[in-house]
Amino acid sequence: MSNQTQTAVPAHGIGPFLQDTRVRWVVGLALLALLIVAPSIFGPYGTVILTNALLYVVLCLGLNIVVGYAGLLDLGYAAFFAVGAYTIGILTVQFGFNFWVAFPFAILAAMLAGVIIGGPTLRLRSDYLAIVTLGFGEIVRFSARNLEITGRATGLSGIQDPWLFGWHINIGIEYYYVFAVLAALAVVASFRLANSRLGRAWLYVRHDEDAAEAMGINRVQVKLAAYVIGAIFGAVGGAFFATNLGAISPESFSFEQSVLVLMAVILGGMGKIPGVILGAFIIILGPELLRNLGEFRLLVFAVGLLLIMLFRPSGIWPGRRT
Amino acid sequence: MTAFDVVMQQVVNGLVLGSFYALVALGYTMIFGVIKLLNFAHGDLYMVGGFVGFLVLSAISGIVGAGWTGVAIAMFFSMIAVGCLGVVIERVAYHPMLRAPRLSILITALAVSLVLQNTVLSLTHGQYTAFRSDFGFGGVNLGNLFITYNQMILVGIAAFLMIGLELFVSRTQYGRAMRAVAIDKDMCQLMGINVSGIIAVTFLIGSALAAAAGTMAGAYYGSIWYFMGFLIGLKAFTAAVIGGIGSIPGAMLGGLILGLLESFGTLLPGVGSAWKDVFSFAILILVLVFKPTGLLGKSEQERM
Repeated sequence: MSNQTQTAVPAHGIGPFLQDTRVRWVVGLALLALLIVAPSIFGPYGTVILTNALLYVVLCLGLNIVVGYAGLLDLGYAAFFAVGAYTIGILTVQFGFNFWVAFPFAILAAMLAGVIIGGPTLRLRSDYLAIVTLGFGEIVRFSARNLEITGRATGLSGIQDPWLFGWHINIGIEYYYVFAVLAALAVVASFRLANSRLGRAWLYVRHDEDAAEAMGINRVQVKLAAYVIGAIFGAVGGAFFATNLGAISPESFSFEQSVLVLMAVILGGMGKIPGVILGAFIIILGPELLRNLGEFRLLVFAVGLLLIMLFRPSGIWPGRRT
Repeated sequence: MTAFDVVMQQVVNGLVLGSFYALVALGYTMIFGVIKLLNFAHGDLYMVGGFVGFLVLSAISGIVGAGWTGVAIAMFFSMIAVGCLGVVIERVAYHPMLRAPRLSILITALAVSLVLQNTVLSLTHGQYTAFRSDFGFGGVNLGNLFITYNQMILVGIAAFLMIGLELFVSRTQYGRAMRAVAIDKDMCQLMGINVSGIIAVTFLIGSALAAAAGTMAGAYYGSIWYFMGFLIGLKAFTAAVIGGIGSIPGAMLGGLILGLLESFGTLLPGVGSAWKDVFSFAILILVLVFKPTGLLGKSEQERM
């Protein structure tokens, strides 16, 4: 990616948020305050669910880079999540590494996975790309289920909690704040990326690949960057997911998981950060709020999802241009 | 058994598996051809087809028995019911979305899939349902090769349906309209073709084929459950893409290739049955890397 002009092209859909008006700042600060006090309002059970929602915020913002920014349909995002979680699991359980020593390896492994899946497939068009990413996701899951080192179908257990400056992160509320920090970092990174030179290159490639190429954007490099950066978000989420639960199994990284993350991104509004965050919360909180419906819970949730898509086809909080 | 017999037995198994895949893949391909939608609910229509077939068979087995007649009647009604269900789904969920962004309609399809799965889950409480038919395990020996009557008839029915579809698409007025709509919807509208009617017919046929495969699978494997559409949906999608999505002969070829590859995959050293799914997805990726539009697919432009 190189010499494209620095003309002020508004970043897709993220302009209005955090821009000018003080109202936005007040709303933002109120949300931040709510995020900090939430565990004491919602109790231990609520905190667990909110932790899960924040994990989803990280995952969804990662997938948003691939799907929303670069326009690449990825149906196997759970694979990157799995690579992060299993790298931590294998290194800490099988080799006795410390979490923080294993953590960079998790990121490296995910970047490598991003290049492996991205490299040979990026010249494929959307539907074919979708099926290849799906196949890749399934390969990762089936491999995890069949390999000795990943603990086969039972997975790995006894993954140690990390220590941070003498602070042992082990109880639910501590993980809540860890994920809150991760989600905040993911939001900041997403904003920075969208407004960067790379972010504009994604925008051009998404709108017109050939024109972007003609303008001197190396589309393969740009798309690969989207995969690799998206993979890092997924792996970071996966790494902390693994230590939070202390155990992982192949079924946590199924096609359904990829679909849920993708649904959250599109439901909220592709490419738009507040929309994606909203989508992540709806996907996690929706079924929880319907819990007393018992077996009909997911059915009602799915019907609700259908209605939202019918009435808001570009997502609940779409970007200005779709 | 000699190595040759083992290979031939796997050919038979692969053909049976492949004809299931091909029947389901046909629906994927037809619907993709006409409205460019990856209908993720298609595998679930296969599952619903299995359950409708089961209900019809339970209702009529007292009268005609659970043999060939019973299963054929069950399959017929299942095809009609699920065909209509497919049309209803298209009208309610996909039709309003035809001008929406492509990914939104994809999510709608995933939501429909969840609705179908969870409806059946609520009704059956997630239990496996025994699908009893009087097929038994009779068959014929060809040398050391054993082929059940089941397998022969199932492959026969699948071949019959596939040939019927191919004739329908290539010879009839509707088929011609369908091919025209696949090329350019707006132009067809201008030429006076009832585009929305053609889309409905496509969904009717695609869903009916899935239902036929679902009923056949119920009778063949002897049990059905709410999640059985998921993996076959993935495999059929894979088959359709290997063949070149949007191409009817491609779907048949892709289904057969995938079925054969899977049954041979289990024979290869180091692959085995535990790795057979990895094997088929790896083949898929290889095919697409070297032939990005599938084996019989035409090259096409990005429409994201």
